[in-house]
Amino acid sequence: MIRLPLVLFFSAFLFSAGVYGVLVRRNAVMVLMAIELMLNAVNVNLVGFSANLKAMSGQVFALFIIAVAAAEVGIGLAIVILLFRNRESINVDEVSLLKW
Amino acid sequence: MVAAETTAVAAASGILKLTWIIALLPVISAALTLFFGKRTPGRGAVYGILALAGSWVLSILVLWHFVQGGGTQASQVEWFNVGPFHLQLGQYIDGLAAVMLVVVTSVSLCVHVYSLGYMHGDKRFTWFYFVLSMFTAAMLDVIIAPNLFQLLIGWEVMGVCSYLLIGHWWEEKENSNASIKAFITTRIGDVPFMFGIFALIAATGFKTSNITEISTMVHTGAIPAGVAAVAAILLFGGTIGKSAQFPLHVWLPDAMAGPTPVSALIHAATMVAAGVYLVGRMYTVFIGAETWVLQTVSIIGAITMLGAALLALVQNDIKRVLAYSTLSQLAYMVAVMGVGPAGRNAAFFHLFTHAFFKALLFLGAGSVIHSVHSNNMSDMGGLRKYMPVTFLTFVIGSLALAGIFPFAGFWSKDELLVSTHDGHMWLFIIMVVTAALTAFYTMRMVWLTFFGAYEGHGHPEESPASMTGPLVFLAAATVGVGFLGSPLLHAPFFKWVYFGEPEAIHFVPWIALLGTAAALGGIALAYAVYKEKRERDPLEGALGPFWGLFQNRYYIDAFYMRAIIYPVRDRLSAAVYWFNQNIIDGVVNGVAALARGVSVVVYWFDRNVIDGFVNAVGSGAEEGGGLLKYLQSGNVQWYAVGLFVGVIALTIIFVRA
Repeated sequence: MIRLPLVLFFSAFLFSAGVYGVLVRRNAVMVLMAIELMLNAVNVNLVGFSANLKAMSGQVFALFIIAVAAAEVGIGLAIVILLFRNRESINVDEVSLLKW
Repeated sequence: MVAAETTAVAAASGILKLTWIIALLPVISAALTLFFGKRTPGRGAVYGILALAGSWVLSILVLWHFVQGGGTQASQVEWFNVGPFHLQLGQYIDGLAAVMLVVVTSVSLCVHVYSLGYMHGDKRFTWFYFVLSMFTAAMLDVIIAPNLFQLLIGWEVMGVCSYLLIGHWWEEKENSNASIKAFITTRIGDVPFMFGIFALIAATGFKTSNITEISTMVHTGAIPAGVAAVAAILLFGGTIGKSAQFPLHVWLPDAMAGPTPVSALIHAATMVAAGVYLVGRMYTVFIGAETWVLQTVSIIGAITMLGAALLALVQNDIKRVLAYSTLSQLAYMVAVMGVGPAGRNAAFFHLFTHAFFKALLFLGAGSVIHSVHSNNMSDMGGLRKYMPVTFLTFVIGSLALAGIFPFAGFWSKDELLVSTHDGHMWLFIIMVVTAALTAFYTMRMVWLTFFGAYEGHGHPEESPASMTGPLVFLAAATVGVGFLGSPLLHAPFFKWVYFGEPEAIHFVPWIALLGTAAALGGIALAYAVYKEKRERDPLEGALGPFWGLFQNRYYIDAFYMRAIIYPVRDRLSAAVYWFNQNIIDGVVNGVAALARGVSVVVYWFDRNVIDGFVNAVGSGAEEGGGLLKYLQSGNVQWYAVGLFVGVIALTIIFVRA
């Protein structure tokens, strides 16, 4: 049995790494991966609490999130591919058409 | 047989309740003419003619009721109440009203038909028919009116229609002057008339204006004789104006400026008779008043009678001869009204016959004028060869006017003389003299127009059938209606129309002979004077200084102009000009200056405060947007930074709270 604080620290670290990746990376694929990190940090949190509180609903939520994350990555990668086809680039800094 | 008669009387009484429809039909036709006339084939004359034909038939039926001995009928609906005062609309039909209805609808129908020919091609043809119908409706309203207010309404509408018709050809200044003169002169009579109405209403305690009720109150003494006298003399003011009696007679000769059918309808047969009708309608008030009232009535009538007949002698305009003749004949009625109940009945008989033969004479004169395009008898002459129908009918009318047996005028003039010979000898003498003068100027008119050689231009022709038809109808009436009042035939007229009790009419042979002798004497004298053609009117030498006096109408018109109209008009116009320049213009200019001052302030406020505020809002939004737009960088990662910073900030806030 792993103690809960340990799990939470691990989760926090993963989430922070994800945030850092989303905000800093220029490569769209890397941004998507960072989002994946953040989602999984939440999964770790849910599973950790589920085990600790002996409640299964946390694990059910985790399964949902995995499924939704898979769909999200699918769409995200499709956007990235279309982006590359149009722009020959997947640098998110260059995708700033939607502005004043 | 008896049962059949009863049924007939009952049916006639049923019609009597609907008498008001007689007056309503011309109103409807007037509205139709006004709104649809110009789009109707024939320019709208058809409405008036059909309506009048309907009214005429109904009038005959109403008269038939009285011929059979039916009684009076009154019905009314409430219009409005002011305190104790009840005002009603309705009808009061007695034999007098029934006779007047027949007279007015007959003459009006004739004039409607006649105008088809006379007014053919006139540019205001439709308008003319509208006013004719409107006038007829107003006159019929006066006849059936059960109260003084309803009577006054018809009375005033007639005045307006008369004004409109006299000035029908207003492009000529003379015509529009004549219409204004007629309107203002009759108004001068209408003012006392209205005060007379108010006096009577006040005398009833402000309860009613119903003529029957007022008559009853005068009869029983509830209204004292002095009050009745004041009211009666004021009402008589209306008669003086409307029936053109001295001293307000000046408008009628000038009113001949209107189209001739109008002269026949309004200024000979009906409207001018309204004044006489008014006296007859309110006769209880006149009888109940102090005696000087009726004496005044007689004296006014006598002055007008003789004065107008003398003026008719010297006229050259055929319509003016007839106009002065009308004055004179109306004065007969007015004068004899002053004699008493018998005189009233005789006066009404004369009103009845006069309407027919005077309408006939006017329409005949119109036929002549239509043909020779001139009103002057010096441009006529010898027309009997060219216009046989007009000639024959005109002669019948003239003989009636002169009072020759057996035409209508003989019978009625005889009744007038009979009713005055006993106790009013001065009036009797004036009437006989006037009768001789009447015969003289009538003969003069006929001779100058139809005999001798034609003096005018062009080739005169007989008028179309629409004009000669009414002439023939009226000529037949002129021959026929006199017998209704003939004492030799038991005078049926006086059984329908009476005041108080039905009157036994006497036939006094010496009076009939005297009247006929006066008429024949006048005719013979006129023949002797005019049989030879002369350059100048032979009367001019014979009358000496009186010729000028008559030509200038006793200088009465000139006196009115100098003594009343010029001073009043000049001073009034000066005062009005001053008032206009100083007061009205001052007010207008003051208002304008005030408006300008206010508008300067409002302009400043608008420019600076309101516009300033609006502009500030606009530029503030623009500036703010210019600054804020940099937040919308398009860089998703910056948005994400904002997101996380926001989440952290909210977390800190909520956790601390």
